[in-house]
Amino acid sequence: MPSAGVLPEARPRYSGWMLFALAVAALVLVPVVVTVSSFADVEGDILAHLTEFVLPELVGNTLWLVIGVAIGVSVLGVSLAWLAAMCDFPGRRVFEWALLLPMALPAYVTAFVAIGLLDFTGPLQTWLREDWGLTSLPEIRSRGGVILVMSLALYPYVYLIAKNAFSTQGAIALEAAQSLGLSRTQGFFRVALPMARPWIAAGLMLALMETLGDFGTMAIFNYDTFTTAIYKAWYSLFSLAAAAQLASILILFVLVAVVFEQRSRTRMRYGAVGRSAASRRIRLSRALAGLALLYAGMVLGAAFIIPVIQLALWTRDVVANDLDARYWAFARHSVLLAGIGALMVVTVALLLVYAGRQRPGSAMVWTQRLATLGYAFPGTVLAVGLFIPVAWLDNWLIDIGHTGFGFEGSELLKGTLLVMLLAYLVRFLAVGFGPIDSGLHRITRNIDEAARSLGSGTPGLLTRVHLPLLRTSLLTGATLAFVDILKEMPITLMTRPFGWDTLAVRVFEMTSEGEWERAALPSLAIVMAGIIPVILLTWRGDHSHG
Amino acid sequence: MKRTLTRLLAVLAFTAAALPASAEEVVVYSARNEQLIKPLFDAYTRDTGVRIKFITDKEGPLMARLKAEGRNTLGDMLLTVDAGNLWEASEEGLLRPITSKVLEANVPAHLRDPDHEWFGLSVRARTIVYNTGRVKPAELSTYEDLASPKWKGRLCLRTSKKVYNQSLVAMMITEYGEGKTEDMVRGWVGNLATSPFPDDTSAMEAVAAGQCDVTLVNTYYFGRLMRKKPDLRLAIFWPNQNLNNKASGVHVNVSGAGVTRHARNPAGAQKLIEWLSSGKAQNLFADVNLEYPVNPKVAPDKTVAAWGSYRQNLINVKEAGRLQAKAVKLMDRAGYK
Repeated sequence: MPSAGVLPEARPRYSGWMLFALAVAALVLVPVVVTVSSFADVEGDILAHLTEFVLPELVGNTLWLVIGVAIGVSVLGVSLAWLAAMCDFPGRRVFEWALLLPMALPAYVTAFVAIGLLDFTGPLQTWLREDWGLTSLPEIRSRGGVILVMSLALYPYVYLIAKNAFSTQGAIALEAAQSLGLSRTQGFFRVALPMARPWIAAGLMLALMETLGDFGTMAIFNYDTFTTAIYKAWYSLFSLAAAAQLASILILFVLVAVVFEQRSRTRMRYGAVGRSAASRRIRLSRALAGLALLYAGMVLGAAFIIPVIQLALWTRDVVANDLDARYWAFARHSVLLAGIGALMVVTVALLLVYAGRQRPGSAMVWTQRLATLGYAFPGTVLAVGLFIPVAWLDNWLIDIGHTGFGFEGSELLKGTLLVMLLAYLVRFLAVGFGPIDSGLHRITRNIDEAARSLGSGTPGLLTRVHLPLLRTSLLTGATLAFVDILKEMPITLMTRPFGWDTLAVRVFEMTSEGEWERAALPSLAIVMAGIIPVILLTWRGDHSHG
Repeated sequence: MKRTLTRLLAVLAFTAAALPASAEEVVVYSARNEQLIKPLFDAYTRDTGVRIKFITDKEGPLMARLKAEGRNTLGDMLLTVDAGNLWEASEEGLLRPITSKVLEANVPAHLRDPDHEWFGLSVRARTIVYNTGRVKPAELSTYEDLASPKWKGRLCLRTSKKVYNQSLVAMMITEYGEGKTEDMVRGWVGNLATSPFPDDTSAMEAVAAGQCDVTLVNTYYFGRLMRKKPDLRLAIFWPNQNLNNKASGVHVNVSGAGVTRHARNPAGAQKLIEWLSSGKAQNLFADVNLEYPVNPKVAPDKTVAAWGSYRQNLINVKEAGRLQAKAVKLMDRAGYK
């Protein structure tokens, strides 16, 4: 186990690592600062109105949603991860990667399909009403419905990261528990589950941050949360300032939650090194194996297969009219941006995680957590928060260009891919950071000491020791970032250069006037593009710790 | 791959704007979807040789963008799908007044800005749609009547977060004042059969399925739905037709445009707006989405014409913007979600 003595106190406090972490945090803080500076022009009457008539209900709504989704994604994610990583049941090899697929499906698509099928006008209720006379059926457009849909859409974050944990340490945990006379169930709850906590928490944090910032799904359910109030202040009450003020309160709330989670985590120590469980899977009885198959099949069906079939049916109706040569360009732009973006996210996330390893302490933890807050921001607010300073910088540079160099144009930075990619980095750093951070947690410092005692410096430690051990975590982070960028709308809309339309932009064009059926084509294309890295990840995962 | 990379580097290194444009070009910031606007831009380019570059987004971000870019904006023209946002753009100083005989002739006075900063280009009527099996047209009369107890449990509405409902309630404020309007909205909420829907189409489907009997929608959603499912037992009713009051009539809104304050090609933008308000473009503009032409000399698409003619509310649509915040607060107080 590591001890304070290994980390010489004599090193300077503000090393390059700390400066790097601060620089990344500063980049992420730009939109936050732009947002918070809006407090300078407080719109008292709008805030007073929201406080009196809107906030009381939606604070409750938001809390219920967060609690519900937390339970939903944890139960689904952890149970499925355990089954896939530790047990054997028919079809396990397929489910192991297929259970990740819902990640490629935007939550609002699942929501729209669920409501289409299950609401009063949908086929199920129509059938029950007309053929069976059943009228008082539960409403899908309700709190329970939102929680269900969000849980189905977001459980893969927990599943993916928890599965990594179970497959590297689950068997060891169980073995240890059983040698102490615990049953398998006790072993799961008292040893394996607590040991996997940092991984589960990392996935849970991502799912909850996405839930808090979600607008599309909430709009379809007409479920009012903090984020919908932010948009109400901006779009309906014409007050970007009031919207920004609400957004900064939301961010503060997330920051506090994240730091609490981090604190409770750092008190624990984790130190199991990867060894595959594949050879020692739990043999389930026939009945249990059947149940496992049924359970995994139902989740996959509800979260992916049924929505995709619905998308395919809608696509069939519009494909002849809507599919043209431009789609190749949209798809190419999407994949290119998501690819470069994911690479940037993973690189910066790795260095940021590494900075924490090199310079631990609470200042570093806060810096890291600030740097990963972009994920909880409502997307459009973040996009504007980034755009304003870029435009400001542009205007400043252009003025210099005008007077000093006779420059004639009217944009330099904005309208380039650079701004777009930096915005993706700010938004999705958390998605790369979560898996890599929890991945590095399980590499004990004993290994670092051993490497150092053999004369390895920091670069050697990173490239020769940590990187190979982190391969799965890096791929996980890259896949999550890739898929998230594919689905991203507000930043893409606001910062894309002319002509750089993507598949997500097509989805926006169709859904903004309610043409859901026509949005099926680009949505399906996003799903297909998103599946590629998911499959790659599982394939690599299978071979890297076999 | 190599070519893509080269092009990527080119985009990173230069920007289109830094290069001298050879042909005349107009840059449009559009909140109207690509599929509803590109056919028009293509036609304009064919007619005049002027190139049009455009970017689509929601109104809020487009206006924030214009504001942040300030005098260095690329946008020559702002195009929205409702008058409220045009009014707000004008309030924020993002538009410039233009004098145009063509626009004054083509666009009726209540569908353009009295200060000449923006002009309606297509008309969107928000009206009643009812289930023909469960409601007789004689039972229907006005928007406010939907608040009366006879509609208890029979009304479906789209969410109050949509600007179309905000504009409707804002226009009702001009007619009845805040107090009476709030009572009416409370009446609506009390009559709801189920919680508000996210879009007009689902509200109409609920009416067709018998979950409720009436709803309020923009007519082009009705046209679109009936084109796809012609057997639905739905029909349009034009409310507020028999009252001797200037403020009375079917609530209309516009999709419209204005020239930006810092446009680099204001003349080009003005010509484009003028062209959009004229005969040929009006047909395309309205027909592509089953809306009404703003230009009274142009007849609507025959599907649309079949719904019959109606009397519009003649109050200037800018009131929808001026009173929007008031309307939203009112709906919050009345519990309209």
